[in-house]
Amino acid sequence: MSAGSLSSNPAVTSAGSVAAPPETLRVRVNGKEVVVPRTMPDWQGRPAPTTMLQACEIAGVTVPHYCYHPKLPVAGNCRMCLVEYGTPALGPDRQPILNPDGTPRIVRSPRPAIACATPVSPGMEIYTDTPGVRAMRAGVLEFLLINHPLDCPICDQAGECKLQEYALDYGESRSRFVEAKVHKPKAVLLGPRIVFDAERCILCTRCIRFTRDIVGDDALGILNRGSYNTIATAPGRAFDNNYTLNTVDICPVGALTSRDFRFQMRVWFLKETKSICPSCGTGCNILIGSRQGRIYRYTPRPNDAVNSHWMCDYGRLNYKWIHRPDRLQKVLIQGQPSTWERAMLEMVQRLRQATPGTVAIVASARLSNEELWLLARLKQHFRALSDAVPREGEGDHLLLHPDRNPNSQGARLTGICYTEMGSVLPRILDQVQKGTVRTLLVFGEDMTRHGFEPDLLQKLDTLIVSDVLPNATTALAHYLLPGSAPAEKSGSFTNVQGRVQRFHAAIAPPGDARPEWEMLAELVEKVTGQRLPSHLPGLFDAMAAAVPAYRGLTWAGLGDLGVSVPV
Amino acid sequence: MTTVVKRKPLNLWERLYLPAVWGGLKVTLRHFFRRKVTLQYPEEKWVVPEGYRGAPYLVRDQDGNTKCVSCQLCEFVCPPKAIRIVPPGPDGPPADRPNAEKMPLEFEIDMLRCIFCGFCQEVCPEEAIFLMKDYSLTGTSRQEMIYNKEKLLALGGVHAGIQKWKHKLEEARAQEDFPPPT
Repeated sequence: MSAGSLSSNPAVTSAGSVAAPPETLRVRVNGKEVVVPRTMPDWQGRPAPTTMLQACEIAGVTVPHYCYHPKLPVAGNCRMCLVEYGTPALGPDRQPILNPDGTPRIVRSPRPAIACATPVSPGMEIYTDTPGVRAMRAGVLEFLLINHPLDCPICDQAGECKLQEYALDYGESRSRFVEAKVHKPKAVLLGPRIVFDAERCILCTRCIRFTRDIVGDDALGILNRGSYNTIATAPGRAFDNNYTLNTVDICPVGALTSRDFRFQMRVWFLKETKSICPSCGTGCNILIGSRQGRIYRYTPRPNDAVNSHWMCDYGRLNYKWIHRPDRLQKVLIQGQPSTWERAMLEMVQRLRQATPGTVAIVASARLSNEELWLLARLKQHFRALSDAVPREGEGDHLLLHPDRNPNSQGARLTGICYTEMGSVLPRILDQVQKGTVRTLLVFGEDMTRHGFEPDLLQKLDTLIVSDVLPNATTALAHYLLPGSAPAEKSGSFTNVQGRVQRFHAAIAPPGDARPEWEMLAELVEKVTGQRLPSHLPGLFDAMAAAVPAYRGLTWAGLGDLGVSVPV
Repeated sequence: MTTVVKRKPLNLWERLYLPAVWGGLKVTLRHFFRRKVTLQYPEEKWVVPEGYRGAPYLVRDQDGNTKCVSCQLCEFVCPPKAIRIVPPGPDGPPADRPNAEKMPLEFEIDMLRCIFCGFCQEVCPEEAIFLMKDYSLTGTSRQEMIYNKEKLLALGGVHAGIQKWKHKLEEARAQEDFPPPT
């Protein structure tokens, strides 16, 4: 690995062992003095000497780069971050030589240095906008563009391509290259989800480092020599692990593109909504890319407390069900199309007549904290039995959690289920069989898959079901309430580690479908007679005031990255 | 506040009335003997000048290939949002030119919305859409005024361009195998 880390280790140890070193040091970036920490977290979060690139970032000066990524080991091969710098001249006594005006004399380095891998030293001056630096950037871009096919009109990366951006910002406006470009393989399937275009590749090796050092699947490498350099998988091996699509995100150009997103929509049309991946308990922070009510892709949103910059392919591609044509879109009463008003009226009437102890609630741990809390209010009101349904899968070493419910902790903290989720289900089944429970509320689960035979469900006085997709239980519902996917509503999830994170509606639910918290707030208010806020931030704040685990939290206070609560 | 502007009283010449009528008739008579400037429009057609911005249509190259690659820049730049493109997606039909990789699955221009501004032609990186000389588009329904890809291509005809994709393909074929044998 890089000279940066080699030279850094002695610096750290000597600084650590000699005497209490200053925690910060002063450098100048383009003449502006900034105070930077002596060490900053490297890609693994371990302290490493602050680099010139990080110092420039702190100073608010952009240093263009391709191969550097804050969460990958430094490679230093793209040369785009070359800057000029100077250090204070030292006399024989190792003291800075001063200019007549009292400022330290700066000796400019005869050579530029790559900002991503060069540690800063006290008093260092970094210059990023000198004619020399501008010429170097233009030169690097000219080399990168020699064999670049310039097929932006058919390239999915166009619009979020660093080569486009830097060529515009720092490059020349026309090419001097008159020879024939080297043509490399195009549209090669590296794995089941990755399409590779060798001509567009600038060989930054981000993808290689990601899959080797982050995922631990050393699947990619560079083949051939010189202009024929190309990324490839080992012979006979596909690039197929659960994290391959992250290479598409980190690829600064359009060399690696997602097969799923390929030619679907140009990125500049996509509205990006901050959300949480609902596919497992990890709760990776994501951006939902949507346009005109259709979701086109999920991309990870950096959050060091949860998912760093990554997300798994499983979660990323698990969005197509949202647009399934058989989504529940109509309110049905006994199978007949009806309206929300009528259904709400009848449900409230029936629930008001229900006596405590005859009601049971089965809630999905895919519902948001607020929705689970509203159901818990109903539970309290009826002294009802309630539970959620565990959903287990295979986890992996990085992000994918065996708990496939996005909000199991939310279900536990709001009191919908016990620590062992699903432990009350047999009792609910038993009481339904005995006929003690006459009213069952099912939110987002198919009861027929958990021992509740269709005949049994038909015997109930009232079966209120809310779901997103049709199943055997929704077919039997007396009141079927079409619900929303997480991408269609706002709310919060509590992940397996107890991090409460917000998600926002990217698109509108189809047809008459409504967010569950909306219908539940109305239902709970009418059944219990207690006033509830009619908007989500208010509901969250009300929940935070009522649920001990969430005490002190506010919707606004969650921010984009969430807040951890003890679980 | 209203201001009443007093009308200037007419003098004797103006009150005579007939001189004014005669003045008007003189203008009429003068034009009566001049060259006619009107057209018998539906039968007689106007000669559209060069550079006129009429309706935008899609064109094919000289080999009959659809030139549009569905980059959607025109859809993006279109001020009245008259253009709607359906990209092919990963499993769409192959493009007419294999190395161009994609072409639109559907391309619609709502001619009722189009303002003939020419931004689409200006932004097109493939020289695939041009404002032609058609200025009088008619239809009996709104739906009929949404021109689809087939119709736009038929109306647009052929535009002989530089065929960059063909040249790229030829250049790639001319090179040895990749990687070159050592």
